[in-house]
Amino acid sequence: MRWLRDPLLVVEGLTMRFGGLIAVRNLSFSVGRGDITSLIGPNGAGKTTVFNCITGFYKPTSGLMALSTEGPIDADAVATLTASSRRYVCLDDRMGSAGLFLLERMPDFEIARRARVARTFQNIRLFPGMTVLENLIVAQHNPLMRASGLSLLGLFGAESYKRAVAAAVDVARYWLDRIDLTARADDAAGALPYGDQRRLEIGRAMCTDPVLLCLDEPAAGLNPRESLALNNLLRTIRDEHGTSILLIEHDMSVVMEISDHVVVLEYGIKISDGTPDSVKNDPKVVAAYLGVEDREVAAVAAEVGL
Amino acid sequence: MSRKSSTMSAGSQGGLPPASISMPEILKDAALWALVALGLSFPMLAFRTERNLALETALEPRALLVAITVAAAFFGRLLWRLYAHPSRPKRVLFPPLDLADHHKALAPRAGIVLLVLFPIIALLLTGQGGAIKWIDNFGVQILIYVMLAWGLNIVVGLAGLLDLGYVAFYAVGAYTYAIIAAYVIPATVPVLGPWAFWICLPLAGLLAAFWGMLLGFPVLRLRGDYLAIVTLAFGEIIRIVLINWVALTNGNAGIQTPRITFFGLPFTSRSGETTLADIIPLPGTPAVHRSIFLYYVILALALLVAVVTQRMRRLPIGRAWEALREDEIACRSLGINTVNTKLTAFAMGALFGGLAGAFFGARQGFVNPRSFEFMESATILAIVVLGGMGSLFGVAVAAIVIIGGIELLRELDWLKSIFGPSFDPAQYRMLIFGFAMVLMMAWRPRGLIASREPSISLGETKSISGAHVQEGHG
Repeated sequence: MRWLRDPLLVVEGLTMRFGGLIAVRNLSFSVGRGDITSLIGPNGAGKTTVFNCITGFYKPTSGLMALSTEGPIDADAVATLTASSRRYVCLDDRMGSAGLFLLERMPDFEIARRARVARTFQNIRLFPGMTVLENLIVAQHNPLMRASGLSLLGLFGAESYKRAVAAAVDVARYWLDRIDLTARADDAAGALPYGDQRRLEIGRAMCTDPVLLCLDEPAAGLNPRESLALNNLLRTIRDEHGTSILLIEHDMSVVMEISDHVVVLEYGIKISDGTPDSVKNDPKVVAAYLGVEDREVAAVAAEVGL
Repeated sequence: MSRKSSTMSAGSQGGLPPASISMPEILKDAALWALVALGLSFPMLAFRTERNLALETALEPRALLVAITVAAAFFGRLLWRLYAHPSRPKRVLFPPLDLADHHKALAPRAGIVLLVLFPIIALLLTGQGGAIKWIDNFGVQILIYVMLAWGLNIVVGLAGLLDLGYVAFYAVGAYTYAIIAAYVIPATVPVLGPWAFWICLPLAGLLAAFWGMLLGFPVLRLRGDYLAIVTLAFGEIIRIVLINWVALTNGNAGIQTPRITFFGLPFTSRSGETTLADIIPLPGTPAVHRSIFLYYVILALALLVAVVTQRMRRLPIGRAWEALREDEIACRSLGINTVNTKLTAFAMGALFGGLAGAFFGARQGFVNPRSFEFMESATILAIVVLGGMGSLFGVAVAAIVIIGGIELLRELDWLKSIFGPSFDPAQYRMLIFGFAMVLMMAWRPRGLIASREPSISLGETKSISGAHVQEGHG
């Protein structure tokens, strides 16, 4: 129950309306620090919408999303911040420093840059015409931009910038090794097979040094062997980097095996929330995925007087 | 030959006409062609209006001409289908320019050496009189377009933002030079007169960059066709303001600008100043000196653009431009501020356009709005697209081919002896230009250099095929 004791992200009363359609209705859940949290539900349940709200690609109609990069979320601090007109409070103005962030107020790139939330996409979004290595270097844009003195120092080939590039290449090498793509570092990302592209997208997101990694169906289209490798990669990310993971997944073998916490959505409403075991045995979840048995239908029909 | 065997050989060797297509089908196809020819030729050829002796307009029927056209279409198509071999494997006329790596590094370097030596070669080959034409009309003219195309390449080729109004920044640069050098400096500090160009050059660049940012703000949210239309409108707005703001720009009459000086020393003396030739005894006329100086100034400016662009590609900002072209949403998910990234791309492109504009003003000695019409934007964009978006070398080659080609057409006066004195080959340049574009797009749709050089590599640098590189969505 770490998500209640020490949440990294608290979502409260999140509602997203597209015209007359309510995609997510009054959703509240927490993501525990250091947990792998899965967001599951049938197609069209609003999972990707929740992701897009957390990462700032959609502005939610209403709701609160508070994220604390270090230390527990203090309800009073959140209340103070919400009452103010600010988007976040940081220990200092340095980017990547610890702080409390109200994600619903921040633009998408700022969520990635300051609140350190990285994400992948359901339909892979790499930079296909750039090499695998370049993809990983672009992900380190912000530290490199600072090191290049907003391009001026870099333009004149300053030593400090060269050192920063070397450091960025080291980070890229580390992740190339982890996602098993070192041999293909200088190939175009668009030339990689599907499974490699999926792993590269995760590696690229990790190069931004996130506290929360949001993965939208990372196992989609993977064969069983690749799926197993993915599980190990996600565990490594959680255990060795302290990065919490929030994932959308349809592959229940992945979800049940690696998740610490599962949240189930149906028609934009949370129907279950708990450990994988408790969710698996929740009759509402079974009903949402498999439908209800005829006996129950008969009981309901009798109840309403048919 | 049996039907079966001929079909097989047509598939495997491709030397024989496919037997599977029957004669009635060929006849039907030819008849269709004849019908289309009839439809096209009837309104164009069937009648001719003539003034008769009573000065009335009379229709002269020309049924025979139509009949000949239709028959030509029918039999032409028939013969084509019977004797041309459509199953022949397609020959690749222009195989991709996949130079070996050492050639790749060599070609631009050899090009630069050639460019530096060009005025000397021109002088040796054509003498004083002919050299001005080659250095000024060809060398300087082409290099201005190389510089403009390299500037636009940042916006279109790297950042993937389609800009149809690039000439606006060229105009801002030229008018900055014209107004400051012709009005402001003589009225305030006339001592600086001879240095006008060198003072105006950075100002023109900065002002153009400022206007690039101003254009950037309203178009930040636009993509593709919408972006193209708004930038097109921006180019026209600047030109129309230049025409109508007579108090500042002297409207269509334009502004006479002071000629460029050799770092303060004029080439020709108007009122007895010391000229360059007075101090250094140089062979040749002042006009030749000026042309050669102009050539090296624009060469230096163009190379500056190339060096800055190449360096920027290896900086985070340059990688962000290319990433923006590849996938804007992915950029935002990685914490890249796409607003700033787009604005810097517009500003950098405009900066180089402004520098080229200031040079243009100093070289022409005269600026007016006629020099900044949409056709210029279209030509510059055509150079970038033909060169292969993002490739400096390809863009430079395309500029030489297009601008050099247009200038060469002016040289074809001897054709008058064949086609008569009223024939002007320069009139056909747009036709040839258009035809060349169609051919290029058919054979090399990704431009001359269709591959992308990675900005960083762990091991051996491998070019990336154009098939993977995105074109940007605006």
